[in-house]
Amino acid sequence: MSELVELKHVRKEFSGPEEQPIVILDDINLELHEGEIVALLGKSGSGKSTILRIIAGLIAPTAGEVLYRGRPVRGSAPGISMVFQDFALFPWLDVLENVRLGLEAQGVPVAEQRRRALEAIDMIGLDGFESAYPKELSGGMRQRVGFARALVVRPDVLLMDEPFSALDVPTAETLRDDLLDLWRERKIPTRAILMVSHNIEESLLLVDRLVILGSDPGRIKVKLPVRLPHPRNRNSDAFRAFVGRVYDAITRPSEPAVVPLATATLEIGARLPSANVQQMLGVLDVVSEESSSDELELSELADELEMEIDEIFPLVEALELLGFAHTGDGRIRLSEAGKAFLKADILERKPLFRHAVLDRVPIVRHIYKTICAEEDHRVNEEQFLAALNESLSDEEAERVLEVIVAWGRYAELFAYDYDSGEFSLENPTADKVSG
Amino acid sequence: MADHPAERPFVVGEWFNRWDLILLPLVLGVLFVFAWASGHVPITISVPRGESISLSPIYLPLYTLKTTLRMLVALGFSLLFTFMYGGLAAKSRRAERVMVPLLDILQSVPILGFLSIIVVWVVSRMPNQQFGLEMAAVFAIFTSQAWNMTFSYYHSLKRLPKPLTQAARVFGLSRWQRFTKLELPYAIPGLVWNTMMSVSGGWFFVVASEAITVSGHQVLLPGVGSYIAEAIAQRNLRAIGWAIFAMFVALMLYDQLVFRPLIAWADKFRSETTAGDEEPRSWMLDLIRRSRLPRRIGRVINEVIAPRIRRFHLPRPQPRLKSIRVKRVVRMSPRLGDAVWVGLLALIGAVTIIFIGRYVFSSVGFFEIGRVFLLGFYTLLRVLVMTLLASLIWLPVGIRIGLDSRLTHRARPIVLFLSAFPANLLFPIAVYVIVRYGLNTQIWLSPLMVLGTQWYILFNVISGASSISNDLREAARNMGLRGWRLWRRLYLPAVLPAFVTGALTAAGGAWNASVVAEIVSWGGRTLTASGVGSYIAEQTTVGNLPRVVLGIAVMSLYVVVMNRILWRPLYRYSAARTEEGS
Repeated sequence: MSELVELKHVRKEFSGPEEQPIVILDDINLELHEGEIVALLGKSGSGKSTILRIIAGLIAPTAGEVLYRGRPVRGSAPGISMVFQDFALFPWLDVLENVRLGLEAQGVPVAEQRRRALEAIDMIGLDGFESAYPKELSGGMRQRVGFARALVVRPDVLLMDEPFSALDVPTAETLRDDLLDLWRERKIPTRAILMVSHNIEESLLLVDRLVILGSDPGRIKVKLPVRLPHPRNRNSDAFRAFVGRVYDAITRPSEPAVVPLATATLEIGARLPSANVQQMLGVLDVVSEESSSDELELSELADELEMEIDEIFPLVEALELLGFAHTGDGRIRLSEAGKAFLKADILERKPLFRHAVLDRVPIVRHIYKTICAEEDHRVNEEQFLAALNESLSDEEAERVLEVIVAWGRYAELFAYDYDSGEFSLENPTADKVSG
Repeated sequence: MADHPAERPFVVGEWFNRWDLILLPLVLGVLFVFAWASGHVPITISVPRGESISLSPIYLPLYTLKTTLRMLVALGFSLLFTFMYGGLAAKSRRAERVMVPLLDILQSVPILGFLSIIVVWVVSRMPNQQFGLEMAAVFAIFTSQAWNMTFSYYHSLKRLPKPLTQAARVFGLSRWQRFTKLELPYAIPGLVWNTMMSVSGGWFFVVASEAITVSGHQVLLPGVGSYIAEAIAQRNLRAIGWAIFAMFVALMLYDQLVFRPLIAWADKFRSETTAGDEEPRSWMLDLIRRSRLPRRIGRVINEVIAPRIRRFHLPRPQPRLKSIRVKRVVRMSPRLGDAVWVGLLALIGAVTIIFIGRYVFSSVGFFEIGRVFLLGFYTLLRVLVMTLLASLIWLPVGIRIGLDSRLTHRARPIVLFLSAFPANLLFPIAVYVIVRYGLNTQIWLSPLMVLGTQWYILFNVISGASSISNDLREAARNMGLRGWRLWRRLYLPAVLPAFVTGALTAAGGAWNASVVAEIVSWGGRTLTASGVGSYIAEQTTVGNLPRVVLGIAVMSLYVVVMNRILWRPLYRYSAARTEEGS
């Protein structure tokens, strides 16, 4: 087995405010061997897509090396091709023109362009659609164009950025099976596939190896070989057991020494997960309904909620952060506070949430105190954004502020005026919480 | 056509940024250079009388054709400018920071005020004066067209969807392929629309630029505009009627043969990948699409000629497999570079201010400057009152039309047509009425300023109203909202952003039109309304360049200030209000 692609100590930073870089990826070492399909899995913010784009030459790493067939690569290499999540088809070109694009760029003669493009179109099952524009096609057919366009240049390495996540379930299933057939029967020249996925089961159906990333900053947590025989059955015991292992690996803290999130001292500029209160309640509800012990496998939770890991983890994290639940071993368990919160009625929930937020989220406490300290009980958001900005990018800071506003409003801690960007006390006369 | 998406809607304010303070004097500085280069003394060049214009209607088709040709040539230059300026602004961050605000300022400077200065400068440079006059006219039209086209192209480039640009890079498209396969197609819907709007606005300027008076001489270029001017001089109402008719026919042809086919064709490039609900149609385009010849020609170009040219001129980029170890690079801090850049520009700005100041002060006193500001205020009042009046009429009418989809369908092309019709062709009729009934010129000349630009308000309001979601309308009906409450709670807030865009365009156009609308003549009689527009026109007639520059500077200042303290905040406010959240 020889290595097609190798990442050595790759690090990626984006420049933050005050010359302080924000680290996205740290010390990534990864190799892609000939003949294997590998999936990158991780929570959002773990830099999965960034790794893919670094290999594709779309983003330059801050430090470290990318080797393709043993040679350092910069910019796009002709042997590496990519399939995009939202297809990235050129809407003004028809199917044939879209597929030909890569060949045109390589300066292949027109007659050969046509021949090879038609061949790829045939192979991927788009026969008859050559003259259709992307907008006339269904999502599944569009992604087939995406595959044909990527495969027509006969790449060694195929990168796939969540290629099935914009498709509905049956469509994704068909396309995935077709791809696997082409791959296993060696009908495509591609020697290795690296994909990014949200969906644990989906990746387990395809891959030979899983690479699981941790977040903040993104680094490789564990590499898991998947030795289940093909065709894989997602209902088999072995498969279910593997799914559980993956959930476990994703939720387990990277190093044993690290204290769990809930008890760690959060900083003012912590990255709060985007989770709204209604969804959190939904999770609590499902966990308590599905099991008498108020404890549930995360994979079961995902099935029950019909959500993917990217959507579930912010909720679980938020629940853990607020002390409503604990996670470990790929399971979620309700805490006493969480049970109380769930059982309370609409009005009773407010003070429970208020206490949890003030107690456990320093930035909310800080904002509340600042407002209380002001004589007119009004503070502009600017200063809080600036505080968040010290450790977060502009975009992240604004996202976190949105979360804060939503939580604060639900807790009836403060009001926020969208037009002026001002925080004020919800009810200036009543001193609800002595903070 | 919201060209300025509110980046962060909750930050209101920011009336001026430092770029305004640097760039406004810079633009005026260029103007000053023009004026200064044409000689400090009032121009004594012999301006050619141009060809004599015959009022016989037989010549009108030829005149109309010449007018159209001037427009086309200017359009060609505008497109060229668009691709170069817009492309550079979108690709270089540092250039962008100057070029975009500069474009904004250029857009706010009343172009008609420029006209005389340009003519004097070009004519005094050119050995062939007839050709010089043509170039001056083309340049004037260019300045009325280029800016919004460039803005549109620039915004399209900035909004190129990331997946598409990444795909282009993964598949190794060359720069030329990137332009033809990605950038241009993506920009086309916006660009075509803005080009067509530019052409519509351009008719007004062609007409104005074909007959101008410089230091006592009237300069005529054969065309519809000069035909009208001659008809005014001879008080020939019938000839004016013919000219209006000829323009009407020309615009009809343009609308059917060019405008609609282009808009319908551009629809193919709309980047929404879902099939659109209402596609623009054109019989002309259908005709072209169904005939074989154009397709064959297209294929020959695509498959035979283009690849050869490409291979010949642009060797494909070698796949970059260079051995470059990626290291941390130490560069000059971007902040330091920016500081140097801003400092340099500020210096140039300051020098220009001093120069303009000295130039203007050399012949104009403080009292005169004060007077021009007062005149500017009069014009401001006219612009605001007229925009308000036009809004009071067209806002309700536009909402009514927009709510009725069949009416919208019929009204849109008519309104577009009206907005393209050069209003200055209609001025003589208004003047005739004013002279006939002895009306007060201070008041009755004002409506001329919005005669042509009011249609922008109507058009935008119709668009805004027609896109109010059916759910909202049904919900409102279900809750029993009726009458004034329905308007106040639903219709007016929903069309506000579109209305503001329309009113802003109309007001901007009105400033421009003031140069020709505040001073009009009928045979030997000249009617004047006091304002900075008539001031510029009068000073041009006597050839007092410092005062012309002063007039333009004051007018530009008013326009820029109004944009910053009225229109922009209003737009941001209304856009933030109608946002539905993600």
